[in-house]
Amino acid sequence: MSEGSEGKSAFGMRTAEGVVAAVFLTLGAIVIFDSVRLGFGWKEDGPQAGYFPFYLGVIMCVSSLINLVVALVALRAKDKSFVETGQLKLVLSVLLPSAVYVGAIGWTGIYVASALFVAFFMRWLGNYAWWKVAAVSIGNSVVFFLIFEVWFKIPLPKGPLEAFLRLN
Amino acid sequence: MDEIQSLIQGFGIALTLKNVALMFTGIILGVIIGVLPGLGGANGVAILLPLTFSMSQVPGGTTSAIILLSCIYWGALFGGAITSILFNIPGEPWSVATTFDGYPLAQKGRAGAALTAAFTSSFVGALVAVIVITFLSPLVAKFALEFGPPEFFSVYLLTFCAFVGMSKEPPFKTLATMMLGFSLAAVGTDPVTGELRLTFGSTHLLTGFDFLIAVIGLFGIGEILLTLEEGLAFKGAQAKINLKVVLETWKELPTYWLTSIRSSVVGCFMGIVPGGATPASFMSYGVARRFSKDGDKFGTGMVEGVVAPETAAHAAGTAALLPMLTLGVPGSPTAAVLLGGLLIWGLQPGPLLFVEQKDFVWGLIASMYLGNIVGLIVVLTCVPFFAAILRVPFSVIAPIIIVICAIGAYTVHNSIFDVWMMLVFGVVGYAFKKLQYPLAPLVLAIVLGDRAESSFRQSMLVSQGDMTVFFSNALVGSLTGLALFLLAWPLISLAIARLRQS
Repeated sequence: MSEGSEGKSAFGMRTAEGVVAAVFLTLGAIVIFDSVRLGFGWKEDGPQAGYFPFYLGVIMCVSSLINLVVALVALRAKDKSFVETGQLKLVLSVLLPSAVYVGAIGWTGIYVASALFVAFFMRWLGNYAWWKVAAVSIGNSVVFFLIFEVWFKIPLPKGPLEAFLRLN
Repeated sequence: MDEIQSLIQGFGIALTLKNVALMFTGIILGVIIGVLPGLGGANGVAILLPLTFSMSQVPGGTTSAIILLSCIYWGALFGGAITSILFNIPGEPWSVATTFDGYPLAQKGRAGAALTAAFTSSFVGALVAVIVITFLSPLVAKFALEFGPPEFFSVYLLTFCAFVGMSKEPPFKTLATMMLGFSLAAVGTDPVTGELRLTFGSTHLLTGFDFLIAVIGLFGIGEILLTLEEGLAFKGAQAKINLKVVLETWKELPTYWLTSIRSSVVGCFMGIVPGGATPASFMSYGVARRFSKDGDKFGTGMVEGVVAPETAAHAAGTAALLPMLTLGVPGSPTAAVLLGGLLIWGLQPGPLLFVEQKDFVWGLIASMYLGNIVGLIVVLTCVPFFAAILRVPFSVIAPIIIVICAIGAYTVHNSIFDVWMMLVFGVVGYAFKKLQYPLAPLVLAIVLGDRAESSFRQSMLVSQGDMTVFFSNALVGSLTGLALFLLAWPLISLAIARLRQS
């Protein structure tokens, strides 16, 4: 199936289930905490602001506790793999550059960042010739520029290059 | 027949040159969205929603905008079948069942027949659902005009309890994601008292979480990450459709009339009750296999095995708009996004829509008939083109899709913080999918959270905190009762299974 799949598990289903259930439990606790701060009872003019969220938090905590118990007890027998190392590498090879990309948008504007992002992918994962990389990545940003800035008049974040070209 | 008259008037609105052009644009965009991994009905519509804002400002513009967006939805429904049959990759969750017989048919060299059968039965399913919408929705809307806050809350309750009772996912996981959705909806200013909730001093959280960001992240980025695990190359069968194949398949299809009817009924029911298109397609595939005389040959490439899930998926996807329009309760994530669109354009979904926005409602319903005809023509003639899109290597298409998602997330509120949130939701979507936490109730809870809460608090105000208000009359009592029954259904069915065993 995937490239580097020697079937080695990066971490198991039980760990993943446990972590997610624990995160839910924490979130539920946060919701309850803030609802208690706001007040979850009645005032003379009706239910207080925390009235509804309080019960959301309670249900969330109870169901995630059950999920946690199921994950720790019932799944003990057969712990399947949540993600294999090869798969995890592939997923991270998209996720990390995406995070860098989103970080770059604020500095360079969305068009330059997008062109670099597409170029990086094509060169690194696809091993395309440089002229193809340049054509697709720059072409892509130009098309989006035309659609958003020119056609629909929706301004997207721009950076130094657009300022230099006076496209702002 | 008031409905017929209104419908004819609706056709008058929908059949302008501009609107028909928008239908073609929407369908083609929709099929492309449906074919591409990571883009689907819900997030495709979510990404394009901000673009329609300027469109909705001119008179009659909201009708054009909803025609464009709903046609993207129809297109995505059609598009899912292409990837299932040719590549054995369901482009949309509701076309998973189509792969069971669609892909074997393609391997046998009958891809054309499989595609024709899929498209035609999609069309039939949608048509049945639109007819149901035409005649049932005015009645439901009229009925719902009498609703007060307790009735509305019991409808919301029913919607969410149906998710717990009817989804394949573990009930406590469904409950947990649902509550997460409601909590995310509660972030920001409390609509009643104006107090800040769950913001913890962050200025970014003042306006709360926008469900469009959640939809783009959960379904878009999450889906890309999942697709990546399967590797980077798609291998697919060749798509050839010519008139001869189409006509031959059409000759064969009427023999499956009973399957079509059954699947349409299953689909319409599952669409109106928020079960959604995905369970509908599986259910109707199962039903068809049980009742067909060739039932044991299912899975080896039976045309009937393509007809059943496609009819049901399309019927459910279309019927999901009925509760959205009449009650303001969407039956599927995509219907939820469309509902968000109505709110952004300044329309109030719900029973009053049928009174105050007649042109909009009937223009939309008429466009459903036309849109599906346009859709059938487009997909039958352009399949090779759409299949070619999937042959674009993943290392090119994946970054472009991520860029599209990022732009879509940014344009919702012009905020880069939203783009970060999209990435976070992407990781959440990836983990939830793998761990069987359902995404649909999460999205619906974010969309409906505020409305559900305010109807609950209004009911509580009326009754002075007395919960029996939800059983105060026959209507609200039976809605609440049904909701509680569905909520308890996982336990009941467990008990039944235990009893049978012993």
